[in-house]
Amino acid sequence: MAFGNKSYTCASIHNTLRVQEKIIEGLLWLSAAITILITVSIIWVLLSESVKFFGEVSILRFLTEKEWTPLFADKKFGILPLVAGTFLTTAIAIAVALPIGLTIAIYLNEYAHARFKTFVKPLLEVLATIPTVVYGFFALTVVTPFLQSFIPGLAGFNALSAGIVMGIMIIPMISSLSEDAISAVPRSLREAAYGMGSTRLQTAFGVMVPAASSGILVSVILAISRAVGETMIVAIAAGQQPRLTLNPLVPIETITTYIVQVSLGDVPHGSLEYRTIFAAGMTLFLFTFLLNNLSFWIKKKYQEKYD
Amino acid sequence: MTKKHSKLEAINLDAYYGDFHALKGINIAMEEKAVTAFIGPSGCGKSTFLRTLNRMNDYIDGFRIEGQVLLDGRDIYAADVRVDELRKEVGMVFQKPNPFPKSIFENVVYGLKIQGIKDKNVLQEACEKSLQHAALWNEVKDKLDKSALALSGGQQQRLCIARALAIQPSVILMDEPASALDPISTAKIEDLIHELKKDYTIVIVTHNMQQAGRVSDHTAFFYMGELVEYSKTKTMFTSPKDTRTQNYITGRFG
Repeated sequence: MAFGNKSYTCASIHNTLRVQEKIIEGLLWLSAAITILITVSIIWVLLSESVKFFGEVSILRFLTEKEWTPLFADKKFGILPLVAGTFLTTAIAIAVALPIGLTIAIYLNEYAHARFKTFVKPLLEVLATIPTVVYGFFALTVVTPFLQSFIPGLAGFNALSAGIVMGIMIIPMISSLSEDAISAVPRSLREAAYGMGSTRLQTAFGVMVPAASSGILVSVILAISRAVGETMIVAIAAGQQPRLTLNPLVPIETITTYIVQVSLGDVPHGSLEYRTIFAAGMTLFLFTFLLNNLSFWIKKKYQEKYD
Repeated sequence: MTKKHSKLEAINLDAYYGDFHALKGINIAMEEKAVTAFIGPSGCGKSTFLRTLNRMNDYIDGFRIEGQVLLDGRDIYAADVRVDELRKEVGMVFQKPNPFPKSIFENVVYGLKIQGIKDKNVLQEACEKSLQHAALWNEVKDKLDKSALALSGGQQQRLCIARALAIQPSVILMDEPASALDPISTAKIEDLIHELKKDYTIVIVTHNMQQAGRVSDHTAFFYMGELVEYSKTKTMFTSPKDTRTQNYITGRFG
């Protein structure tokens, strides 16, 4: 009889546990499902609104027209000026962030003491936590006047200072991820290089950086993706004039800035003007989606180089 | 016959990792163009000592030494010695094969390239000579542009030896060079060591006492950071003087 009782208690505890497990499992599943659902609905909204847009404006016009003036009386729907603006600010940002970020990564990995590194790396990452609106005003009110003091043709709003400040913002992204990549190179390779009489500089550039190149490339692609999607800095400091140019000294407009401009304005919902932001958003999404996938692919392809 | 010149010498050498006293008063002279083996249980300081001979421990935080290490009578820890120059004279082969993720050719000529040698003919000649010297040429001569990582472990280790030979050192340090290899590859490496000692001074750390017996002319037994016994290999294995040596080589500990 006692035996029967005991097994009964065990079974009831077992049942309670099982129910708990089920509930937790369900909750976990739900949060994953909600995330996926949100992503899918965003893509759905983007797609359906874009399809309506492209019903009125042909994709050919969208891709080939050289002006973007959907809010004017004489409407032109060429995305190229916005793409050029995005490309320009991104290129400037990477030109700033890649050399500085990589130098920091090499310094931290090859030269800095372990204690210094654990202190400096989080400090650098603080750069990434500064609100972008602060960066935007920094670009507009500090960097632009400073640059104007020796670049005479520089407009008050321009791609150059927005790009430079954006570059500063993404330095920690490149330095941190590249440093991780260099750290992941087996210690034995560094010793091999030293053992052959390499100096620290030769070890860093001849062995460590090439061996970590896939990780460094991934960090750059993610940084590009971040720069392409950056909104606030360019909205504040780069001007809002769509212009098909690679001249960094004049005001331009990026895809993100245009979306902000229209969202803040009084464009009626459902109008063609309103739908332009979805077409622009779709373009932006395609860029970042491709970049992120590229980085994922590189990571996967080159990950198992050593084991 | 005159007594052979001693190539490397440690005088009252002490080494520390922070507070840990890793090497205690080491005095030893290693003969030129001969093989000296370091044996002893794990953590006895033999690898630490090997790595002080080309200053490989320099970048370890908290590592410091007292005393002297002489290469051809010159203190390698003197202020005017350039570490990279020293390591061109004292080459090293590591426990695990560690070729660079480059082609076989690029691996062998790496050391020459960082010295600024660009002449293609010079590099090619050095590559062939080093690979032949490391008994690898016949296996790889048709695929010099293939990745070194595609070679087998034993081939990779011989490539690492070829890479070390290419910069024409006079000393080669080997830190358990065959411990990660299969018996056949191990035998090849041991044969190679026999060949190499005609031209090079070789210092080898090994866990494997049979290996020490097979390849070395002199053996040094390290225990708890001390150099317990150092003599001709034959003497060491047939009539060790110290009881600790005796216990170790008869397999009572370690």
